[in-house]
Amino acid sequence: MTHTPAPSAPLFCARDLRLSFGLTEALRGVDLTIRAGEILAIMGPSGSGKSTLLHVLAGVLVPAGGSVVYDGRCISTMNEAERARLRLTEFGFVFQFGQLLPDLSALDNVSIPLLLSGTGRREALARAQELLAVLGLQDCGDKRPPQLSGGQAQRVALARALVARPRVLFADEPTGSLDSLASEQVMELLAATVRSFGVTMVVVTHDPRTAAYADREVIVRDGQIRTGFDL
Amino acid sequence: MRYPDVLRYCRSSQVIVSRRLTQLYTQCIVTRMDRAMILLGLLETGSAYGYDLKHHYDRLFGLRKQLAFGQIYATLARLMRDSCIEELEGEVSRGPERRRYRITAEGRDRVDEWLFTPDIPDENLQSNLFAKTVIALLIDDDAERLLDMQRHAHLERMRQLTTDKQGADFATAALCDHALFHLEADLRWIDLMSARLRDLRESIGQ
Repeated sequence: MTHTPAPSAPLFCARDLRLSFGLTEALRGVDLTIRAGEILAIMGPSGSGKSTLLHVLAGVLVPAGGSVVYDGRCISTMNEAERARLRLTEFGFVFQFGQLLPDLSALDNVSIPLLLSGTGRREALARAQELLAVLGLQDCGDKRPPQLSGGQAQRVALARALVARPRVLFADEPTGSLDSLASEQVMELLAATVRSFGVTMVVVTHDPRTAAYADREVIVRDGQIRTGFDL
Repeated sequence: MRYPDVLRYCRSSQVIVSRRLTQLYTQCIVTRMDRAMILLGLLETGSAYGYDLKHHYDRLFGLRKQLAFGQIYATLARLMRDSCIEELEGEVSRGPERRRYRITAEGRDRVDEWLFTPDIPDENLQSNLFAKTVIALLIDDDAERLLDMQRHAHLERMRQLTTDKQGADFATAALCDHALFHLEADLRWIDLMSARLRDLRESIGQ
């Protein structure tokens, strides 16, 4: 993490985003500004385009129209290598099912982003162990994902997303596979950790209790953000 | 019947659970709908006699409790007093039940304000929200927008409760959870209504 802008400064400015999959228009002119340090929930019914929006903001997908400017840089005009570099160095990701590598220990899973960005193995493992402890998983480092509970596995995924100290965390239904209690524990920990690290978080969720941890929410419907109801 | 009346009934009769209590409880939920605003909203669809208004109301909102004629005319009198409605000239004949009423510009403003002012989120909100949604569809206003506004108000309340829970003792957290789950149920209904507005529009238009 190189620097953190003032809390109210816009970090993302997305304008008129458009993207189709075949004949289906997934995004139909989305405008969105995200401030540095805020937690934003993207909500909406299934198939509304909320995950597509997250992937476009994160530079995983390239919009057919419009632009995403991140910290003064236009992501939507970067080439694949530049976007991959950006994702590796500045963004972290958490998905519904964790997507941990099943044959590696929790500790090795968490250290992967550091190893990929050139950190030495010893330092990577030390930082991974430190973060696992912060997330209450100090005794789970040697366990492989199948030996972890759903909540533990999701916390390991969270550690992996945060270990390289990203400036932005993208979470797509991070509690979608968990029961109520585990979901609450993960979300509480996720929000508290992200805030203490000063990380901006964009979380896609259909769960209002998860969205309640965010600073604000936007509703995506039919590929558009519903406007005109801010109170 | 208001909630305190229900409590008085419980105390006086020493009855905790009975069919009568269930009926009273149901009524006190139904009375959360703002009848005056509903009647005003129905008049925005077109001028009407009190008799027609009662039947229009009963068809859409009187599933558990129909309106008495006395309630209709008392409410219409208040709306007249407040300049929200007026009698149509030349339409008065054969007693009060033949008076025809129409909404005024002030009445339209009141309906608009009612529709697009989110209710304070609580666990028995849905009946009033249902009434607002139906009226918005009947007068061809933006029902989706009012549902979005209510969703936003609910999420704000849930955010506040979630913050209150942080570091709270177990009892406080449990109380917050109780409120959160009720609000979540409301939100699920709001989401369902948002997805089924077209069906609802067709249903009430029959």
